[in-house]
Amino acid sequence: MKKTITLDVNGVAETAEVEVGQTLLRFLRDGLDLTGTKEGCNEGECGSCMVLLDGRPVNSCLVLAVEADGRSVTTVEGLSREGVLHPLQKAFLSQAAVQCGFCTPGMVVSAAALLRENPEPTEDDVKKALAGNLCRCTGYKQIVDAVRDAAAAMRAGAVAGGEAGKPAEREEVPA
Amino acid sequence: MLPSFRYVRPRTVSEAVKALAAEGARAHAGGTDLLGCLRDGVFDAKSVVSLSGLDDLKGISPTKDGGLKIGALTTLAEVARHPGIAKGWPALAQGAAAAASPQLRNQGTLGGNLCQRPRCWYFRGDFDCARKGGEICYAVEGENTYHAIFGGSGCFIVHPSDTASPLVALRATVKVVGPKGARSLPVEKLFVLPAVDHTRETILAPGEVLTEVLLPPPLEGAKGLYRKVRSRGAWDFALGGVALALSVKDGKVASAGVVLSGVAPTPWRVPEVEKLLVGKALDAKLAAEAAELAVKGAEPMSGNDYKVPLVKGAVEEALLALA
Repeated sequence: MKKTITLDVNGVAETAEVEVGQTLLRFLRDGLDLTGTKEGCNEGECGSCMVLLDGRPVNSCLVLAVEADGRSVTTVEGLSREGVLHPLQKAFLSQAAVQCGFCTPGMVVSAAALLRENPEPTEDDVKKALAGNLCRCTGYKQIVDAVRDAAAAMRAGAVAGGEAGKPAEREEVPA
Repeated sequence: MLPSFRYVRPRTVSEAVKALAAEGARAHAGGTDLLGCLRDGVFDAKSVVSLSGLDDLKGISPTKDGGLKIGALTTLAEVARHPGIAKGWPALAQGAAAAASPQLRNQGTLGGNLCQRPRCWYFRGDFDCARKGGEICYAVEGENTYHAIFGGSGCFIVHPSDTASPLVALRATVKVVGPKGARSLPVEKLFVLPAVDHTRETILAPGEVLTEVLLPPPLEGAKGLYRKVRSRGAWDFALGGVALALSVKDGKVASAGVVLSGVAPTPWRVPEVEKLLVGKALDAKLAAEAAELAVKGAEPMSGNDYKVPLVKGAVEEALLALA
């Protein structure tokens, strides 16, 4: 059974016919070629498939594509803007918060949602926000440091009115 | 790709009831449990009835009597961060916050958390176990580290919900709508022990939808908490836990709800402990006595006897935290 869906993906309106059994994850990767979103465990354990759905992080392996009809999706590709990396992406690079890199897009997406709600997270806040994102390489320290660095850069950017302070995402987090 | 099914997304509860009454229909709330079950072949679906279009079942609102109505499709994240719930019914707020991961709580719903299927590895795996209609419970002779120490009989799952025990402790009720109309029942009566029927966890009949959870008004001097013990600091199911909903008047416990989690196929209320607490001042001696009583009658299996001291300790700690 197929169904036509229309949704906003990284600011672009997309209309597609999808199998009702297709997950949002497979739709993004196979249908839209947005391969930044990874398939890890495929059962909601690892967080590699994290995307923002109406501004909130969800495991896209556990969301049917048809359930995203009429909604807004931000993937890791939607965080950078015109080739300029999001402050989180820059901080992950400078902190070397990446080893194999497979969990990284999911980490960055969850962290982006955190920083929109909480511009000055403590170490504990970051750990809690990333509880659904597993990394098997880094030991997490560089990841937590990178998120806090990015938060600091975004605060500094916001004070200076600079580009770094402006989140690249479009949609608002619902109250 | 998941196994093929028909997909419907009704706009009214009565349409949903009709769609769910069809043979092989499965309800989809947040989908976080359903998709895993379908993918792993735990059960199949002729049709998936998505409840996500039922906007009336979303949100939290006060009731006339000072209680709270929580739509079944309200996400766990919304329940966990609602200031009114944290203040008036803390056990529920803490239970919702302890469930799954923050990301799953954005998607998973309160109704879905109550109706989720168990996590037993034989049930989830490629075993024709008793709960799936087979002859035996493989946990009895097999690996039973995470299984029941109370209430098992022919099947030894533990109920995986972190919100069910708080809701039973708080004497909450649920509204269920089905082909024969609506009914309300205490959350405690929603769940089914294996001795009654080991193939299902709730009393919901085909076509029935859990539409709302109703919290009674907070009692005077109400205190509560949910204590969950798990292997990791986050994102794990309970090895054992306890929900407490007490009211204290003139220094003495006036009413008590004490319900264990992670130890039985249903939220495990311990009425003897509730009775022991009422009328007494909560102190270290009473907490120790209550904890001892809470694990009385436990029947651990070969690999889960650690749960007896674990739950006993959790009950004692939780009571002391409210003393």
